Amino acid sequence: MSFAAILRIALGALRVNKLRSALTMLGIIIGVAAVIVMIAVGNGAQARVEDQIRSLGSNIIIVFSASATFTGARSGAGTLQTISEDDAYAIARELPDEIQTAAPVLRGTGQVVVGNANWSTTFYGVTPEYFEAREWTIAEGRGFEPAEMNGAAKVALIGQTVAQNLFGDENPIDQAIRIRKVPLTVIGILERKGQSMSGQDQDDLVLMPISTARKRILGATALAKSRSVGSMTIKVRQGVDIKVAEENMRELLRQRHRLQPGQDDDFNVRNLSEILQAQEESSRVLAMLLAAVASVSLVVGGIGIMNIMLVSVTERTREIGLRMAVGARGRDILTQFLVEAVTLSLIGGLVGILLGIGAAKLIGGLAEWRIELSVTAILLAAGFAAVIGIFFGFYPARKAARLSPIEALRYE
Amino acid sequence: MLIRTAALTKEYPMGSTVVPALRGVSVEIGAGEFVAVMGPSGSGKSTFMNLLGCLDHPSAGQYWLGDQEISRLSGDELAAVRNRKIGFVFQHFNLLPRTSALDNVALPLLYGNMPPQARREQALKRLTQVGLADRLDHQPTQLSGGQQQRVAIARALANDPTLVLADEPTGALDSRTSVEIMALLQALNREGITIVLVTHERDIAAFAKRIIQFRDGQVVEDRMNAPDDAAAALVALPAEAAA
Repeated sequence: MSFAAILRIALGALRVNKLRSALTMLGIIIGVAAVIVMIAVGNGAQARVEDQIRSLGSNIIIVFSASATFTGARSGAGTLQTISEDDAYAIARELPDEIQTAAPVLRGTGQVVVGNANWSTTFYGVTPEYFEAREWTIAEGRGFEPAEMNGAAKVALIGQTVAQNLFGDENPIDQAIRIRKVPLTVIGILERKGQSMSGQDQDDLVLMPISTARKRILGATALAKSRSVGSMTIKVRQGVDIKVAEENMRELLRQRHRLQPGQDDDFNVRNLSEILQAQEESSRVLAMLLAAVASVSLVVGGIGIMNIMLVSVTERTREIGLRMAVGARGRDILTQFLVEAVTLSLIGGLVGILLGIGAAKLIGGLAEWRIELSVTAILLAAGFAAVIGIFFGFYPARKAARLSPIEALRYE
Repeated sequence: MLIRTAALTKEYPMGSTVVPALRGVSVEIGAGEFVAVMGPSGSGKSTFMNLLGCLDHPSAGQYWLGDQEISRLSGDELAAVRNRKIGFVFQHFNLLPRTSALDNVALPLLYGNMPPQARREQALKRLTQVGLADRLDHQPTQLSGGQQQRVAIARALANDPTLVLADEPTGALDSRTSVEIMALLQALNREGITIVLVTHERDIAAFAKRIIQFRDGQVVEDRMNAPDDAAAALVALPAEAAA
């Protein structure tokens, strides 16, 4: 018996009891839709975390000077800032296999003034390595020239928030800004980064050459005299274990700072991407949990199919007997009922996919959640629906196939 | 011989005991015969028919249909024999509901893997043969009892069987329609189709050429019969209001 003929029989049987077929499918429809929505929501949350990791720059370690909280008597005497520009260069030089780049950063806060407008922001003295480490590009204008780096040129790059607040719709490029009374020429605007994990606006900043910050802005403070910096932003190479890189770097810094064994570090290491990865992991677990809960409803839908198929086999006992009498083999009957069950679950699956996609988009729109529809999840849900059809359809189908033709024909 | 049974026995387990339904029946039926099987209920005639129809395995004894020993076949092989060699007519017609007469007749051909176009032609031919060429698309509920039984007979003939088994084919019909059906069966028999009929009505059995009586699982009488002519009997009957 051809498969097309079996399929026609199955569809015909489903058409006879339209309402019953529709209600049976509903279980699968809801199950598949729930799985798709849950995976979409879970993936959306995960993608958000991933985006945040990306905006931070991936594989980032930040090393801070720990002068203020440093308690040992044998601290680097007289310096407030324990790490220096040279530490950064040494790290890049000594650990080339693990560290892609190490950027020393001098940080300060101040009022930025343009004409009548002013804006309180954070400024950073950076080197070209900073842009590589943070994977930050310039949206408009240009970056720092080597001559500007060396000559402590009065130039600055500004973040989108600063540009917005000081210049509005005006083009800030080639305009002058003043920080602590030092005029700087804006040579470029940074690409928008958005909020950080902690809700901090990453675009609220001014960047300038580290020499400019040290010599011209921070001026006569202790910072200016040494080569010390507040922090270093370090990018670990792709594929390197960030823990190992962090440990090696810590060793190198301790050596350079001549710390004795047992003595506390005079710096703090913060591995932000690790925190983010933990968050990503937890959102992944959450997504899987949601999908698991949703798939429970798929199983319930499958039981619905089994229930209806059992009823159908009982109702159609005489039909089964007749089919056997005119030459249907056991496996013909088995296939017929199995195809019926799988058809139920597949049609349910298809409708569920459409409903799931629609519901996911609706939820994304209403709750303003990020939604990531994944093709894999959709195929998985559809495949799962088919498997459920086969699994829960098999028992009733086998029951039908095993009927004795005599008893089936006589069944009242 | 078309049918040959040798000491055919069938027992049903009933709790710890075994109930014999058929105790060593040896019968021969030739091609072209029209046999009525009679007997009270529990006489074993239904069991005998089930065995002839390859619906069941005998507990002991042999059964040959043509040159094939049926008692040795597996379930799937029995299904194939039923499909190709046997046509069934039932008391309650057993037509598929919500299915056209044409599709009902074509059902055995479906399991015989005949291509759709050939199925249609063959089914049409058989429906024409039973006089229902104008009812092809009617569903069972749209047909009278006699018409339904005609569709069932057309279905039994669909695969050009060597044997038609009719189990109380008139049991659910009024007397006039019963005679009509018997006239149809007699006409088919004249064309060379072997028919074995189970009935408990003497006047129905009287249309057969041979009558076999069962009692307590055994054949108690096997005699030739000068059959009544159903077509002639039909003319003699008063015409009823067409149902």
